[in-house]
Amino acid sequence: MPKQRVMVVGGGLAGLAATMRFAEMGIPVDLMSLTPVKRSHSVCAQGGINSVNDQTRQLGDSEWKHFDDTVYGGDFLQHQPPVHEMALWAPRIIDLMDRLGVPFNRTPEGYRDQRRFGGTLYKRTAFSGATTGQQLLYALDEQVRRWEAEGLVTKYEFWDFLGPILDDNGICRGCVGQNLTDMEIRSFPADAVVLATGGCGLIYGRSTMSMACNGSAVSRAFQHGALYGNGEFVQVHPTAVPGADKLRLMSESARGEGGRVWVPRKPQDPRDPREIPEAERYFFLEERYPAYGNLVPRDIATREIFNVCIYEGLSVEKERPCVYLDLTHLPRTTLDLKLGGILEIYEKFQGVDPRDVPMKIFPAVHYTMGGLWADYERTSEGRLDIGSPKNQATNIPGLFAIGECDYQYHGANRLGANSLLSCIFSGLIVAPGIENLLKSSSHGASDDQPSSLWNAAQEKYQQEHDALLNRSGGGENPYLIHQELGETMTKAATVVRHNRDLSAALEKVRELQERTSRCSLSDTGNWTNQNVVFTKALQDMFPLAKTILEGALARDECRGAHFKPDFTMPGIEAEDPAERRREAEKWCDRFAENTKKWLKSTVAECGTDSEPKLRYEDVDTSLIPPRPRLYGLVGAEVIEEVWKERVAAGSQATSSRPNGEKAEATKHSPSTVG
Amino acid sequence: MISPAKQSIPDVFDVRILRQDGPGEKSYWERHRVTHQPDMNVISVLQQIAARAETEEGKKVSPVAWDCNCLEEVCGACTMLVNGRTRQACSALVDNLLQEQPDGIELRPMSKFPVVRDLVVQRDRLFRALKKVKAWVSVDGYFDRGPGPQQSPADQQTAYPLSQCMSCGCCLEACPQYTKIEVTRREGESEADFKKREAAAFDRGFIGAHAISQAILFNIHPTGKMNAGERLDALTSEGGLQICGNAQNCVAVCPKSIPLTTSIARAGRATTLHSLKKFFDR
Repeated sequence: MPKQRVMVVGGGLAGLAATMRFAEMGIPVDLMSLTPVKRSHSVCAQGGINSVNDQTRQLGDSEWKHFDDTVYGGDFLQHQPPVHEMALWAPRIIDLMDRLGVPFNRTPEGYRDQRRFGGTLYKRTAFSGATTGQQLLYALDEQVRRWEAEGLVTKYEFWDFLGPILDDNGICRGCVGQNLTDMEIRSFPADAVVLATGGCGLIYGRSTMSMACNGSAVSRAFQHGALYGNGEFVQVHPTAVPGADKLRLMSESARGEGGRVWVPRKPQDPRDPREIPEAERYFFLEERYPAYGNLVPRDIATREIFNVCIYEGLSVEKERPCVYLDLTHLPRTTLDLKLGGILEIYEKFQGVDPRDVPMKIFPAVHYTMGGLWADYERTSEGRLDIGSPKNQATNIPGLFAIGECDYQYHGANRLGANSLLSCIFSGLIVAPGIENLLKSSSHGASDDQPSSLWNAAQEKYQQEHDALLNRSGGGENPYLIHQELGETMTKAATVVRHNRDLSAALEKVRELQERTSRCSLSDTGNWTNQNVVFTKALQDMFPLAKTILEGALARDECRGAHFKPDFTMPGIEAEDPAERRREAEKWCDRFAENTKKWLKSTVAECGTDSEPKLRYEDVDTSLIPPRPRLYGLVGAEVIEEVWKERVAAGSQATSSRPNGEKAEATKHSPSTVG
Repeated sequence: MISPAKQSIPDVFDVRILRQDGPGEKSYWERHRVTHQPDMNVISVLQQIAARAETEEGKKVSPVAWDCNCLEEVCGACTMLVNGRTRQACSALVDNLLQEQPDGIELRPMSKFPVVRDLVVQRDRLFRALKKVKAWVSVDGYFDRGPGPQQSPADQQTAYPLSQCMSCGCCLEACPQYTKIEVTRREGESEADFKKREAAAFDRGFIGAHAISQAILFNIHPTGKMNAGERLDALTSEGGLQICGNAQNCVAVCPKSIPLTTSIARAGRATTLHSLKKFFDR
């Protein structure tokens, strides 16, 4: 028996799902995490997890519709076979989590209850109170603890992933980690390394993400040659509560229950909001979108709140952008019954009762759709070949990416309650592929490789660590540079993006990176030195920050979360039917042209100078052809009419072609990246 | 609830921190001056102290070490003693603290766990207890076998609060029967041997309210209850339920308001029945 083992880095939903599957297969796992895995960021997810279910099915829902909603919501920027497979697995994944003991809310008869979420017409979302992410994570944490007790899982908690170990052929043979307590640096031989390290919200300073979501592990893989996909796609949630340390999410349901968003008409009106008369309040969403009011789609709400504060100077406070989210006109009983959970968070952290005083909210960076480029094995039916070692594989052989840190599932924008699903799904499917990879070799990495490989890697990081500790001070402060980085990124690369701002931000980020090389450490010891760990993470934020900015700068279009005012496609204002028709034809021409030009994933490669080089990859849209995303657009009806006619005409043309051509329409491998 | 009047909050305030450079080292107090900002919590206080790394007297010091992650009181990482009270630093709001105690804020590490450094403590014992009571559902495997058992909303509403336990350790800090166990590595002892010896020491100590409550959570689950006997055996072994002195501090300090004493009472009845049954089944 070869001594084979797998290293999983990150213990959120994806990492734990993978770990428990490996253990079930009898494959020993080392599980490395910055925090005890039970404290991973997945606990912050509130809403729920999507799947078609027995009830929605009888109302006309299907796995295909879940798949369609996901790719439409993502503006068609994701390869479709993995998303298709995920929608197919979703009901079974929720059944499994149910068996593992997740206390899902129940109907009076005892079935799992579901609620409705954004981007769908069906009640697809299973939930466990307002802490679904926490409950799902705990169920997986418990299973992994069970395998730990049986000796198949060894946890390395409070360890930092420093980088993959690549042999002379560029194959990943393990990784180097650092113990955050005694600062020991150690090589871990592994036959496969799976990164499940989540998003990189900390690049934006404050976000809705946890402190562990600094992107350092992904950046370290990127700097070793792993490709990074769709970096510019970062989801900004419209309503979060600004805090000095973090931006805390305030669920969309507050507006769903009648909450109104407004600012005083007089900039920074010093009066108590309750004393500002109705006529002097600017309900900007209601005025600008009379049909949708406060319930405009998420990206529009985010953009408008941002505009009002940043460009129109109407923020409630001068030093800090925010608008009022007002629930005070609603009956207290309704509030307690339907919004109790989120109101308690506001009350606890703001010290103010939102039933009496309007909440102050602002959009916040929430989720990274982009991430490490990952492969998949497509079947001829447009599904995944489960068991293929290509699934979730990065371009570095032996290195895999799952969960929020891969770029696979959400395209240009993620639908609510789909993230928990993609994390568990990618974790479950990476394991059988790696099992087959291990079977193809009769040796284990630890006895297959010369010990010099492990020693050299360990030595390299030890030297870097020592050099950082002993660096004679240049006077720069890593915490203050991080603040500046966050401000720069938030200003240039969140809701509204302009090329001139993105270019300026790139310059600024390069300057900050240069200044970081002159950081003085205030702690030069080798015991629980959080100062040096933070400084290392900061250094590794720059390659990803530049990837986000370069990707956004290059992409001259609007798609999902990526919005450039200079490249919008305005709706149709004309009233004369013939003119409307003409404009719609033009609109569709432009859409088709833009699709041809920009329906491509950005793929970044990190240069030796840590500057990203961009390429573009075709997207496999062979299952559902791209169509215009028209939600909320003026004149959507006539555009849709014209588009449908074109599709009908087009499918007549393709049906006369020989069979099978459609399925081979798109290839997927890094070599096709043009 | 009345929001604190802004004029009563000073521009700067003092923070006294009980520091310790490492395990076995002597602890010492250090005083820092912090500039007040809107919406400050103890985490942002610690962030400011880390960025400045200078005491009130202007002495350069290493940044204070602390543990945190989610910053919204759902991960359990940042538990410490804030003005003597065990709680999460993230939900400890500065304006409220200064309202209660205007002369400043006092931070100390939890006293029932070995200090790693400053405000960071080692809580392995807490997770070890979850292993001891087998806090999981022993499913056959992870292949598709359909949904879990149907459950009434009432049962879900009993289980859900127990399942919100974030392993923060507040209940253990407040418990008079839970005393600190600190095992130090011997000269020449391998890491594996040390971990084994440490685990054995933890197993002899009181498991604590959180683990008792988790045992109950899995014993009321329709599938989990198939292994109820094993969990009750764990609860009656050394360091088990019998140590509980019924001080009821645990339930008073739980940040998630988990009915810990209800779980303890349930466990008491269940273990008694279990012991009787075992006696007569002999």
